[in-house]
Amino acid sequence: MAKQNIELIVNGDRYEVAVEPNRMLVDVLREDLGLTGTKIGCAQGDCGACTVIMDGVSISSCLTLAVEAHQRDVTTIEGLATSPQELHPIQAAFVQHGAVQCGYCTPGMVMSAKHLLNENPHPSEEEIRQGLSGNLCRCTGYNKIVEAIGAAADKMASSAKEG
Amino acid sequence: MAMPQFQVHQPKTLESVLDLLGRHRSSVKLLCGGTDLLIKMRAGAQAPEHLVSLNRVAGLKTISYAGGDGLVIGGAARISQVGKNAEVRRLYPGLAHACSVMATVQIRNMGTVAGNLVNAAPSADTAAPLLAYGASVVAVERGGRRQIKLVDFFTGPGLTVLEPGEMVEAIRVPDVSPRSGSCYLRLSARSKVDIAAVSVAGFLNLDLEGRVIRCRLALGSVGPTPLRCPEAEQILEGQTPDEKLIAQAAAACVRASRPIDDLRATAAYRRAMVQVLAQRVLTQSLDMAKGGTP
Repeated sequence: MAKQNIELIVNGDRYEVAVEPNRMLVDVLREDLGLTGTKIGCAQGDCGACTVIMDGVSISSCLTLAVEAHQRDVTTIEGLATSPQELHPIQAAFVQHGAVQCGYCTPGMVMSAKHLLNENPHPSEEEIRQGLSGNLCRCTGYNKIVEAIGAAADKMASSAKEG
Repeated sequence: MAMPQFQVHQPKTLESVLDLLGRHRSSVKLLCGGTDLLIKMRAGAQAPEHLVSLNRVAGLKTISYAGGDGLVIGGAARISQVGKNAEVRRLYPGLAHACSVMATVQIRNMGTVAGNLVNAAPSADTAAPLLAYGASVVAVERGGRRQIKLVDFFTGPGLTVLEPGEMVEAIRVPDVSPRSGSCYLRLSARSKVDIAAVSVAGFLNLDLEGRVIRCRLALGSVGPTPLRCPEAEQILEGQTPDEKLIAQAAAACVRASRPIDDLRATAAYRRAMVQVLAQRVLTQSLDMAKGGTP
C-alpha cells in the first residue's frame, strides 16, 4: 500500500513522515519518532497505556490512524516537563507519593490526569477516579495515584495564584 | 492479528464524502472515532478497502438546541461533547448520563453518538435514551435525505436499515415539554469501561393534573436490538402513576425484553433487573416531571 506523507506536530515539534495508511499513531510515535514514553498495552482502547492528548483531549493512540493525526496538535508524556531539569507538577507528585511501581501504566495515567486537570482544575476524589477510569494499573491499587493527582491539583492551583 | 491494508480518504465536504461512498460502494466504511471499526478490522471481522474519514468535514460536529425544534446532534459530534453540553444536561439528562459514563474518558473523546447507533450493538448506551426521547436519524446519500425514526432503525445485532452509500448526517431529538422527566440507568459488573448487562431509559410528560400525557420506555442489552416497550407505555399513559402502576409498567418492560444468557449476565438476572431498573427510572422521571424541571 502506498505510503502517505504526513506532518505530525508532537510536543510542538514538526515531523515529516511517510506512513502506510494502516499504521497507528502509537506505532509511528514509538518507532518512527523514537518517542517510546507512550506505551502499548491492550491495543484495543481498554487499558489507557497509549493515552496522548490530541487537539486538547485525551485519546487512545492505539485506535487512531497516524494519517488522521496529520497537522493535529499531539502532546505525549515527553512533552509535559517544561525543561529536562524540572518535572511537570503531575510527574513530580507521582514521584513524591510513590504512585509509580512497575511504571508501565504511568505515562498514560499522567496524560489522563493532565486532561482531567485541564478540564477540571479542582477535582474531587470521585472525579479523579472517574477521570482515570480508562487507565488500568495492576500494581498500585490506584490509591497513591489518586493521592498524587489531588496533590498535583493543589500545587498547580497555588502556583497559578502566585503566578 | 495484523491490520489489513486499506486506503484512507480525508474529504473536507459532505458532498465529497457522499461521492466517495458511492464510488467505492462495494468496499467502503466511514471512519470517525474508529473505536469500534478499527478494533473489528484488526480482529479480521471487517476488511474494507476504503475508509472515508469524517474528521475533516466542516460542520458535522455541531450540537444545537432550539426551543420548539429540539436538539440536533451532528454526525461527527463526540460522545463527550454531547455529555458536557449544557442543554443536553438540562433537558435530556438520560442522554447526558449515558454519554458521561459509557466506555472510558478516551473512548468518549474519540467516539461519536452517530457511530454508537450505526454500530448497532444491542447494548449501545446512547440508543436506549435516544429511543426514550423519540429521536430520529437523518440519513443522507447522493441525491437525497430521509428521516428514520430510531425505533425503526435497528434490524439486528450490528444491523440497521441504512443502505450502502448512506450515512448519518445528524440525530434529531424532539423538544422536551414542561413537566417532563427522564432518566437512564445501566448495570454492569465493573460499572466502568465494560459493556452494560442491562439498561433502561424512560421519559414521562405530565399534564397539569399530574396525568401522564406521553411515556416512552426503552431497554438495552436484553434483545437483538435496543427495544421500546409499547405495552408498558400504554399502561402509564392517561393515568396518574403511583407505586403500584409503576410496578405494573415495569413488569410489562420485562415482558418486552428478550434476554439471553451470556458472559455478562444470565437471562434470568437480566429479567429481574429490568423490573428493578424500570421502577427506578420511572420513579426518578416522575419526580423530575413533578418538580417542574426541565
